[in-house]
Amino acid sequence: MSLRLAVLGAGAVGGSVLDLAGDYGHDVVAFADSSSSAVDPAGLDPSAVHDRKERDGVVGEADPGAVFDADYDVLVEATPTTLGDAEPGFSHVERALADDRHVVLANKGPVAERYADLRALEAESEGTVQFEAAVGGAIPVLSTISDLGAPHVTAARGVLNGTANFILSRMAAEGLDYEHVLAEAQDLGVAEADPTFDVDGIDAALKFVILANVLSDGETEYALDDAEVEGIRNVPGTALDLAAEDGRTVRLIGEATADGVRVAPRLIPQGSALSVTGTQNIVQLETKHAGQLNISGRGAGGPETATAVLSDVSRLE
Amino acid sequence: MSAQDLDGGSDAETDGSGEMPKPHTIRLELVDEPGQLLAALKPISDNGGNLLSIFHERGSLTPRGHIPVEVDLECPPDRFERIVEALRDAGVNVIRAGAEHFGEEVMVILVGDIVDSDLSDTLHRIESSADATLQDLSLSAREGTNEASSARLRLAVRSGRVDETLSVVRDLAAEKGLHVVEPLAEGSQ
Repeated sequence: MSLRLAVLGAGAVGGSVLDLAGDYGHDVVAFADSSSSAVDPAGLDPSAVHDRKERDGVVGEADPGAVFDADYDVLVEATPTTLGDAEPGFSHVERALADDRHVVLANKGPVAERYADLRALEAESEGTVQFEAAVGGAIPVLSTISDLGAPHVTAARGVLNGTANFILSRMAAEGLDYEHVLAEAQDLGVAEADPTFDVDGIDAALKFVILANVLSDGETEYALDDAEVEGIRNVPGTALDLAAEDGRTVRLIGEATADGVRVAPRLIPQGSALSVTGTQNIVQLETKHAGQLNISGRGAGGPETATAVLSDVSRLE
Repeated sequence: MSAQDLDGGSDAETDGSGEMPKPHTIRLELVDEPGQLLAALKPISDNGGNLLSIFHERGSLTPRGHIPVEVDLECPPDRFERIVEALRDAGVNVIRAGAEHFGEEVMVILVGDIVDSDLSDTLHRIESSADATLQDLSLSAREGTNEASSARLRLAVRSGRVDETLSVVRDLAAEKGLHVVEPLAEGSQ
């Protein structure tokens, strides 16, 4: 069944959803960036929208709010993640659910910071909320947990920030210091000009907060403030040297367990499942009856994250 | 000095748990003063331990200038912890208590001004308050850079005390302005 998508957010993820929706048999009928929107009930032409954005800096004539008046089935919320009240993302979700539409989130804010509010709105609506894309990009973490059943998963651990992982694994492999590798990562586009979110562990923490919310199944609500977070700025090359001498390495590891959420640089054996290199991500699920499950893959990137969005959309059919 | 079959415990207590007594080895560190050895053995017999042998190596000294003593004893498994606790309560310095009880090894890396923050004090306090023994220490500093130096500590920790040890290391590091890179728990790697 073909679903009509309204996409909010014209960054790498939103843009890729626009490009790939047709491949999954769906139509994007509305598309908005922060200042404009394009609406076409027959389905938007991706290249025309991209051209317009590049040429004029807008995606269409209408204002962003016009998206909600379009005849759509699923709102794809892919605006930048914000902390605290998670606005404006949260209001976008609220509006769509009030109109009994489904919501697929790539934006981590509403799920990490206002999980209970989000679930309460969902309970009042005919629509449902999905957010696979908010955790681990292309890696099917939440659908795996859903298949296993959250009560059967006792913990989730892993590496869910490609930028921090790139920096640590480059530092370890090349014997370079943090500043040097960060500059290289910025040149390569792996790190943003302001890398705070990634290197201070906030991005990873948001993902593990989401995992903790999913695993606790409504019993305890977690937000970023509940997480113990330490980034990688204080991991010098000397620490990686010492770790390597003893067959270990350091990775920014997140944990969502019964004890709560913690993100910190940790010593792990070289060559162990969690010691992924480069921008690779991995999630390890601890199950009650089936041991450990490791799922790894690309945790970020436009097309990668868009596939998670579109898998969520397909689950709504 | 060596002694065999110093049966100091009451049989009723020793047999109490219904589990077969098992041999254990405890390494103690005694101050070279009269009466120290007897004082150290009393908590063992008082808590249902059956002494098998005592190896008292008078010629050699521990790094702290004390006399190492190795005690072999037999007791039901559930009594052993109590005996070690009683020894510690009596002020006896227990270096090792049964190989299997120091069975866990923990590695941590400290980052920062390692030397300026008084490394020997750091190590001493970890050993004394965390019930851990330092097995190995490595330092690393890169000349000509402003990178922080690091120290890798390998600690032998009594079973079940890993979290406690890490928490002592964390508190100490916070006090001294150092950062800790902790290991991820065994079995979750």
